[in-house]
Amino acid sequence: MSLELKSVEKKVGQNTHIYSTNLRFEKNSINILLGSTLAGKTTLMQIMAGLDKPTKGEIWFNEKNVTGVAVQKRNVSMVYQQFINYPNFTVFDNIASPLKITGISSDQIKKKVWEVSELLKLSGMLEKKPNELSGGQQQRTALARALIKDSGLILLDEPLANLDFKLREELREELPKLFENRDCIVVYATTEPSDALLIGGNTATIEEGKVIQYGKTIDVYNKPTNLVSARVFSDPPINISDVKKSGDTFSLSQDSVKWKSKDVSLKDGKYKVGIRPHNITTYKEGTNSVEIKGKVLISELSGSESLIHFENSNMNWVSLSNGTHQMNVGQEAKLYMNVDEFMYFDQNNNLVSNV
Amino acid sequence: MNKTVNQKAWLFVIPVFILVAFNAAVPLMTVVNYSFQETFGNNVFTWEGTRWFKQILRSDRFHDALGRQFLFTGIILLIQIPLGIFIALTMPKKGIGVSVCLVLMSMPLLIPWNVVGAMWNIFALPEIGFLGHTLNDLGFDYNFTQQIGDAWFTTVLMDVWHWTSLVVLLSYAGLRSIQPAYYQAAEIDGASRWAVFRHIELPKMKKVLTIAILLRFMDSFMIYTEPFVLTGGGPGNATAFLSIDLVKMALGQFDLGPAAAMSLIYFFIVLLVCWVFYNLMMRNEEQK
Repeated sequence: MSLELKSVEKKVGQNTHIYSTNLRFEKNSINILLGSTLAGKTTLMQIMAGLDKPTKGEIWFNEKNVTGVAVQKRNVSMVYQQFINYPNFTVFDNIASPLKITGISSDQIKKKVWEVSELLKLSGMLEKKPNELSGGQQQRTALARALIKDSGLILLDEPLANLDFKLREELREELPKLFENRDCIVVYATTEPSDALLIGGNTATIEEGKVIQYGKTIDVYNKPTNLVSARVFSDPPINISDVKKSGDTFSLSQDSVKWKSKDVSLKDGKYKVGIRPHNITTYKEGTNSVEIKGKVLISELSGSESLIHFENSNMNWVSLSNGTHQMNVGQEAKLYMNVDEFMYFDQNNNLVSNV
Repeated sequence: MNKTVNQKAWLFVIPVFILVAFNAAVPLMTVVNYSFQETFGNNVFTWEGTRWFKQILRSDRFHDALGRQFLFTGIILLIQIPLGIFIALTMPKKGIGVSVCLVLMSMPLLIPWNVVGAMWNIFALPEIGFLGHTLNDLGFDYNFTQQIGDAWFTTVLMDVWHWTSLVVLLSYAGLRSIQPAYYQAAEIDGASRWAVFRHIELPKMKKVLTIAILLRFMDSFMIYTEPFVLTGGGPGNATAFLSIDLVKMALGQFDLGPAAAMSLIYFFIVLLVCWVFYNLMMRNEEQK
C-alpha cells in the first residue's frame, strides 16, 4: 500500500496554490504536513482525497492511477479542523454513517460502532446528539467516523486546532496509538512543530505551496535542508543572523560575539546561522557555549518556561529557557548560546553544516 | 456591609415607559375600554361586561372570517416555505449571479403593500390586465372580481409573489453559513443529494426557518392592505379575512363595542399561536 503524488500541480485562475510536488507515502506510516496557515496543506490533502483535482500531475494509490476517481470510490476518511458531524444524528448514527451505504448488516454495524466507540472513549454517549457534547467529544466522534470504515487513507486536517490546550494534549497522545495496528496511511496536517515531534513518523515541511523537505520527522528537525524548512519547523521562530567565518572563528556581524568553528571543511566567508530559541538560555548548557548580551524587549513566563526577546546587533532575538527567569523590560541581559546546536546556511539559504 | 438604597435609577426608565405607554399601552387600553362598554354619542358609555365577547365568539360571521384566515395562512405557508427553500438551494453560490439574484429577490419586498394590491388588481383584470386577459385567451373562464376560486387564486398568487423572497433570503443566509467541510464529509460518505439536504442543510437551516415561519405566519394572519385593494374582501365575503372584516365592523357599521372585542380576540389568537409555536421550537432545540 502506498500513496504517491507525481508532479502534482494546482492552479486556481492565475494563482498557483501547489507547485509541482512529488511525494510518496508508504504503508502503515504517519505523515505530517507541517506549514503555516495558507501554506497549501488543505489543498494538498483535498487532492490526495480526490475532493479536488490537480491541474497537472497524477495521484497513484496502491500502484494504481486514481487521479480521476471520485472520492466515494477511493475509500478515504477525513477529519477536519471544525467538528464535522451530522447535526441531527445521534453519536451512534454519526459513527455508523459511513457504513450505511456499504450495505453490511445492522448487527455488524452495531458491533463495529461499539468497538470504535470503546477505542475513542465514547461508549457512554452513543445516544446523545453532537451539540450536547464537548468539543473534544465532538472531535472524537468525527475521528470515530473516520476510523470505522477501514480506509486505506486517513486524512486529518488540523484536527486539534479548535480544541483547548488540555484536550489537545490528551488527544494528541492518543492519536498515534489509534493508528498503530491499522493497515492504512495517515496524513496529518498541522501548523505546530510540537505536534510533528510528538507524533513522530515522517514530516513534509510546506511553505507557499511548495514541499520543502520530506523525511523522518527527527531528521527533518535536526537537519533541515534549508532555512525555509528550519523556519517552518521552529516554534518560537528560529533566530537567523549573518555570520562571518575567518580562519577557525565565527563572528556575528557588528558585534564581538565570537566562537570557534568545528567544521574545518567550511571555507571562509559569509554565512547565516540558525539558532533555535531553546539553544539560547539564561544558563550555560552543553560544553561549548558563548555569551551574548542584549536589551530585554519582552519577558514572558509560560508554565515552566521563560521566553525572553532581546535586541543585539539591531536584531531581535528569541530565547527560551527552562524554569522561571523573570527579567525586566529594558534591562541588560546576559545569555548563553549552545554552539554545538548551531546550523549554518550559505547565501542561498541551503544547509552547509550543523556541527 | 450596608448597601445604600438609592432608587433614582428608576428615573432613567421614564423615557422608555412614556414611549411604550403611547406606543402600545394607551391604544390597547382604549380598545379594552370600548370592548366592555356600549358607546353612544357625546361620550356616553354604559357598562356591558363580557357581552360583546360572547356575541363575537358565537357569531357565524367571526367563525367564517377566522376559518378563511387560517385557510389563507395555511396555504401561503405551505407554498412559500418549500418554494423559498427550493429557490435558495438553486441560487448561485459565487460570482456576479449572487448579487443579481439577491437584488431581484429583494425587489418585491421593497414595494409598498397598497401598490402591490393595485398592481395585481390591474394585472389580473379580465378585460385589460395581462394575467386576466391571457388566461381568458387561453380558454380559462377567469374573473377574480366575480368568482370565489379565482379571487382566492389571485390573492394567494399575489402573496406568494410578494413574500416568498423573504423566505428565500433567510434560507439563503442559512445555507451560506454551512461550512464547506460538511459537504465534503457527505461526499466522502457517498451521501445522496437528498440525504445532504435532509441531514445537513435542513438541520442547519432550522433556526432561520423558525424565524421565517413565524414572520410569515404573523404577517399573513394580519394581512389587510393587499387583499383590500385587490378584491375588497369580495366577491361577497369570500376574501374578507379577519382584519378586513374587523375594519368593516368598526368603521363601516361603526359597531365599536363588538369590533373592540373582536380585535382583542384577534390579538390573543396571534399571541397564542406565536407562543405555542415558539415554545415547540425551543423545546425541540433543548432536546437536541
